[in-house]
Amino acid sequence: MTSAATGDPLVRLTGVNKWFGDLHVLQDVDLTIDRGEVVVVIGPSGSGKSTLCRTINRLESIEHGEITIDGTPLPAEGKALAALRSDVGMVFQSFNLFAHKTILENVVLGPVKVRGKSKAEAEKRARELLDRVGVGHQADKVPAQLSGGQQQRVAIARALAMDPKVMLFDEPTSALDPEMINEVLEVMVGLAKDGMTMVVVTHEMGFARRAANRVVFMDGGRIVESSDPETFFTSPTSDRAKDFLSKILNH
Amino acid sequence: MQFFLDNIDLFRDAFLNTLGLTFFAGVLALVLGTVLAGMRVSPIAPLRGLATTYVEIFRNTPLTVVFFFVIFGLPQIDTVLPFFAGAVVAVGTYTAAFVAEAIRSGINSVAPGQAEAARALGLTFSQTLTTVVLPQAFRTVVPPLGSVLIAMAKNTSIAAGFSISEVSSLLARLTNADPNDLLFILLGVVLAYMVITVPAAIALNRIEHRVAILR
Repeated sequence: MTSAATGDPLVRLTGVNKWFGDLHVLQDVDLTIDRGEVVVVIGPSGSGKSTLCRTINRLESIEHGEITIDGTPLPAEGKALAALRSDVGMVFQSFNLFAHKTILENVVLGPVKVRGKSKAEAEKRARELLDRVGVGHQADKVPAQLSGGQQQRVAIARALAMDPKVMLFDEPTSALDPEMINEVLEVMVGLAKDGMTMVVVTHEMGFARRAANRVVFMDGGRIVESSDPETFFTSPTSDRAKDFLSKILNH
Repeated sequence: MQFFLDNIDLFRDAFLNTLGLTFFAGVLALVLGTVLAGMRVSPIAPLRGLATTYVEIFRNTPLTVVFFFVIFGLPQIDTVLPFFAGAVVAVGTYTAAFVAEAIRSGINSVAPGQAEAARALGLTFSQTLTTVVLPQAFRTVVPPLGSVLIAMAKNTSIAAGFSISEVSSLLARLTNADPNDLLFILLGVVLAYMVITVPAAIALNRIEHRVAILR
């Protein structure tokens, strides 16, 4: 389903470098994500793929380079950064639903506090989104009463409630029991089909084949390869990617 | 016993003074302590420094010295507080340092992902703190906060040394007048404190169970 790549850049990383102490975790990363494009980032652990994802809404700061979203450079801090983050949805590996709030309150919080929507309006939209991800009947429970897969779908609804321009997924299924992975992936595939711009860090190669427009392979803090899924999985060019694929696809 | 009963009015007034001191100093300590705890985790370095300095100064100064400063020191810089208000300020500002540390430990116990998720939604630092972090932090610090507040209720007895007729001041006053009733007077004083602290402890226990978060 490779349809996107609109030639209309939404997220642009230019010469991005980041260190954790002496560790050079991102090295001269250049990446442009078009509006409506679904980019899957894969790579061995420690390759910098999660860090890359987290720099896009500046949950991780960078030492060198520039990141722009819809033409606006990421502000360093303060209200301007908060405003920009509100347009970038984020889904975490460990869900991070607000533990002291109900499912409905989790989804309503952002629109009310950040967008200034009325409570009634925000709740109506929240219920629609919760229905869409299949957890509408759980609205009045608290996160700990839900399964991991349900919590992650709520987290997706929470991000969607902000009407983001782009969604970041940082290993969204890595903390899930195997039988719950597909229910989350189904929701993500649905989003991709609806034209959402997505950056997905994942180990789910099936998702990459089904929904990605592009696969970015990272190793040692660098983007080693970037191509459409078919090309990447059938004829990777770099030895590192061939080695990685041979290890994960053969069982 | 008779002497004790004859002075029951004094006891009532002193008890109300202790209760008032505890209540107002408690409110001041909770509000100021929460603000200080927020400052100590803020991204703005001068705020962090200011709060840290405050906590270290008040935590390491004996309460009696704080009282001396408020009652006798402030008038030197033309700030004269009534004795009662001065006592509230002394006990409240002193206890705020301990409240701040209790709440800060609660803030540190909230999973970092909670604040990250709030920031990712576009909440500002203060919105993240007030809507996501502090409500969860308060829940975990109810027991230590209870201890701090109960200690504060008893610390109000220092006010006796500064012309305030609170419960402990009766000890000296009444036993001087009639040493024979010492035991009843002591018992009366202890009971007066327990009337304040025991219901407070029960209430805190209730609150702790009511606000517990399912994790």
